[in-house]
Amino acid sequence: MGRENPIQLKSVDAPWAVEARGLVKTFGGFRAVDGVDLKVRAGTIYGVLGPNGAGKTTTIRMLATLLRPDAGTATIFGYDVVKEPQIVRQLIGVTGQYASVDETLSATENLIIFSRLLGLSHTEARRKAAELLEEFSLTEAAKRPLKKFSGGMRRRLDLAASLIAQPPLIFLDEPTTGLDPRTRAQMWETIRRLVKTGSTVVLTTQYLDEADQLADRIAVIHHGGVVAEGTVDELKASVGRSSLQLRVEEPQTIERARRCVEQVLRVQSIVSPEAGKITAPMADADKVTDLLIALREAGIRLSEMSVQKPTLDEVFLTLTGDNVTESPSSDEMDVEVSQG
Amino acid sequence: MNQPITPVSQRQLRNHTSFGQSVRNSFTMAYRGILKIRRTPEQLFDVTFQPIIFTLMFTYIFGGAISGNVQSYLPVIIPGILVQTVITTSVVTGVQLREDMDKGVFDRFKSLPIARIAPLAGALLADTVRYTIATVLTFTMGYIMGYRPGGGLSHVAIAAVLVIVCAWAISWIFAFFGVIARTASSVQGISMIILFPLTFLSNAFVPVKTMPHWLQWFVNINPISHLVTAVRNLANTGTIGNDLAISLIGAAVAVAIFAPLTVRAYMRRA
Repeated sequence: MGRENPIQLKSVDAPWAVEARGLVKTFGGFRAVDGVDLKVRAGTIYGVLGPNGAGKTTTIRMLATLLRPDAGTATIFGYDVVKEPQIVRQLIGVTGQYASVDETLSATENLIIFSRLLGLSHTEARRKAAELLEEFSLTEAAKRPLKKFSGGMRRRLDLAASLIAQPPLIFLDEPTTGLDPRTRAQMWETIRRLVKTGSTVVLTTQYLDEADQLADRIAVIHHGGVVAEGTVDELKASVGRSSLQLRVEEPQTIERARRCVEQVLRVQSIVSPEAGKITAPMADADKVTDLLIALREAGIRLSEMSVQKPTLDEVFLTLTGDNVTESPSSDEMDVEVSQG
Repeated sequence: MNQPITPVSQRQLRNHTSFGQSVRNSFTMAYRGILKIRRTPEQLFDVTFQPIIFTLMFTYIFGGAISGNVQSYLPVIIPGILVQTVITTSVVTGVQLREDMDKGVFDRFKSLPIARIAPLAGALLADTVRYTIATVLTFTMGYIMGYRPGGGLSHVAIAAVLVIVCAWAISWIFAFFGVIARTASSVQGISMIILFPLTFLSNAFVPVKTMPHWLQWFVNINPISHLVTAVRNLANTGTIGNDLAISLIGAAVAVAIFAPLTVRAYMRRA
């Protein structure tokens, strides 16, 4: 079967939904995207994270055939975005940052027009529109013009429109920007369900918790380039280790506690005497047992103990902060904070 | 949404768009244009009120001065007003195209596997509805004011079709500005600068004999004059002459020049 149709062989062999190498896009003299590499495995959620103006949207627009790259190559399921754009368009759904639906028309009319354009017959288009409106709980508002829609309803319709052809790859450009927390959670749920049906989702976001919640892998984009890439845990680990926080019951024992910590863990610790708190990087979790035993033997009573993982916020700030050279790790940032 | 998607390997994919699909996509886009007109009827202000107000105004202001009385001016002015109104309406095509292309929905059209030309062709197609409304209203106004075309209903219908076809051809010029301009208001501005000399430096409102010689030269080669004369001949006497042929050739030339230019500029942006 595969021999009769060479295209089939080609795509079976492509486990990558997106493969981009050295993408460049220049606007005037400004390099909005400057050599971006991305690899997205089929069937996963991939987060493209970055501050405003980092080049996220431009990257997505190039992958979605809306912009022609000035340099570099990109393939979608093995099909080149420049040479085979019409095939790529059959495989993707795009939901833009600004609602890409017709404001003057009703939700039903929008979906029917998009369905007709995608080759559905009149009755099929009607059925599909009704089905999607039901799915996204927009049935009641179906006949109203979109001008009267809330931001959340518009985004839902926008996403619904991207799903008409059930594309295997969906680009979502900041799908939840400007949505209230409840609508945002609904959007997340929808995205998770999409992936369960076999779709691949590439989403851009400036919200760290969104990437943390949804994405299997993340690329952090800054000044038009990928500055870090990996799973959420990998990214966190790359920036800082977990830190151990201890609070002593009697403030006068804090100096002895600190010596104990430094002897057992063999690390520098930070002391905030007024809070009775010691913070130390925790490289080896196993040694914490030794530390606790040592503290008991020294007669130091603890009132609190906790382990703090680095947050994605720290990762983000470390990677994209403009004074990266001044604060290369979260440990040093902590020092600055406690001293200042 | 809960059924599994078709894997990429089991999809039939083609990188080119067939002619049949291009036509179907264009008609769907035209359907969208007509829906938009229905949803925002205020868009039809120009095509409804311009024929009514201009016909009333011009007829009663110039009627006595040019033809002695209103009644004998009607066969002169109605075809003139008709051509002027319908051609002016075609400017809207360019303005709306520009507005449309700036909207988010255009991104979706561009990301769909449809014929690239469909949004442009659809817009031009949908606007023939506007020309038809303007045409019918102008003739109706004339009829109410006492205009009885000698050519009979069938020739009036041919004249109407001729005007709509020519307006469609000219709308390519404005569509071109719509595609290359940066803002919708600049499209309006450029188009009006072209349109005013073309419609007023013609035989639409006054006899050419009354103009200075150098101006007569332009008026006589102005394709709008030929279109006006062709409509007058058709509606008033039911005759088909050279002017009809010249109008159609002019229309064809406009399309031959501006359709490829527009499409090329549009594709570069699309």
